Amino acid sequence: MWRPWSFPFQMMQKHPLAIRWFHWLNFPLLSLMIWSGLLIYWANDAFFAFPDWFYKRANLEFRLSDGMQYHFLFMWLFAINGVAYVTYTALSGEWRALIPGRGAFAQAFQVVLHDLGIRKEPLPVAKYNAAQQFAYTGVVLMGLGSLVTGLAIYRPVQLGFLHALVGGYQNARTIHFLLTVSYVGFFLVHIAQVVRAGWSNFQAMVTGHE
Amino acid sequence: MSNPRRSFLKFGLGGVALGFGLRQALSINPHEWNEAVTRRLFGARRLTPTFPASQAKDPRANGDVGLEEEVQDWQLRIEDPSGQRQLTLAQLQALPTNSMTTELMCVEGWSQVVSWKGTPLRNIAPAQAPEYVSLKTPDELYYVGLDLESALHPQTLLAWEMNGQPLTPEHGAPLRLVIPVKYGIKNIKRIGTIQFTPHRPKDYWNDRGYDWYAAL
Repeated sequence: MWRPWSFPFQMMQKHPLAIRWFHWLNFPLLSLMIWSGLLIYWANDAFFAFPDWFYKRANLEFRLSDGMQYHFLFMWLFAINGVAYVTYTALSGEWRALIPGRGAFAQAFQVVLHDLGIRKEPLPVAKYNAAQQFAYTGVVLMGLGSLVTGLAIYRPVQLGFLHALVGGYQNARTIHFLLTVSYVGFFLVHIAQVVRAGWSNFQAMVTGHE
Repeated sequence: MSNPRRSFLKFGLGGVALGFGLRQALSINPHEWNEAVTRRLFGARRLTPTFPASQAKDPRANGDVGLEEEVQDWQLRIEDPSGQRQLTLAQLQALPTNSMTTELMCVEGWSQVVSWKGTPLRNIAPAQAPEYVSLKTPDELYYVGLDLESALHPQTLLAWEMNGQPLTPEHGAPLRLVIPVKYGIKNIKRIGTIQFTPHRPKDYWNDRGYDWYAAL
């Protein structure tokens, strides 16, 4: 029985329904934010000039007004989804599996050695290994960073107090841009790891069961 | 226990529903929605940050619409529901002046700290001004619409001086608007007419898909 309104705690479950929803909503929303962000970025590509063929092929040219409209619409959904995810993980206790614990740095190093094929012994069995904990906690903090710098750019006068946190308007833009680059980096590693982990792991993120 | 095939089917249907929902969301005008939220939360009540004049530089001269024809015997024309009047630059300069160094922010993403001198627009506003203000170049090719609150903001200036020099033609001589609570597109150069009006005025960049409110 599919009950989106009930918290689905079942013995065999790996990922609760709520987390699967947050995850799969976040994917198109973040994609739309990056795409509309690129439409805006084209108008003043101050940090890194993409080659012209890239702008042309991706149809990013002369679309600043489109970009602003989409960016300032989907920012609401992106932010609401992110806040809902953090609230859910905090209240449901899921955070215990996600926040790096004591010794996580050393464990994460072992994970990296293992994934690079240097460490031969298998890793200890856990829902998320320490490297995943750093990645998934880190990406939430990055989301917070995008939200704060984004607001500092969106309403630099009315929310001007944020400029003290982020070092001024142009600094906020730089951080906002670098965070976006980091999402793309996260995505590439994430996809590589999902492919490595195999079908059953991927299925769990869709159906909840492994 | 649900079987994986059914779950994938639900996932697929959920995805289609989500795609449809996003398409619906695209039909909302996000600018009008965000304007309503912003006006409710903040309006334009806050003062914009100011900077030491030593940080000021000349901004780019983006935008030359409405600046092509030479202006002879320029006067500012002011219209409100009760009538109209004309002011010369000397008359404007006799009003209380304000000098400030603020950050000019372009929709394109760049910004520049600039020093300005002029008289606050509120000094020429009628006592019972209607809800909106429309500003146009003498040839009416560039035109800007403002909400009254932003127009009457104490840092909204009718400026004749930039970085200690009289305005040059490409920066809007003889008189331009400086409105640091809005994006650069609202900072109209070479003002010919200011009209106080109860109707939401047309705006050059809004006609081209940009946010009418354009708040910062």
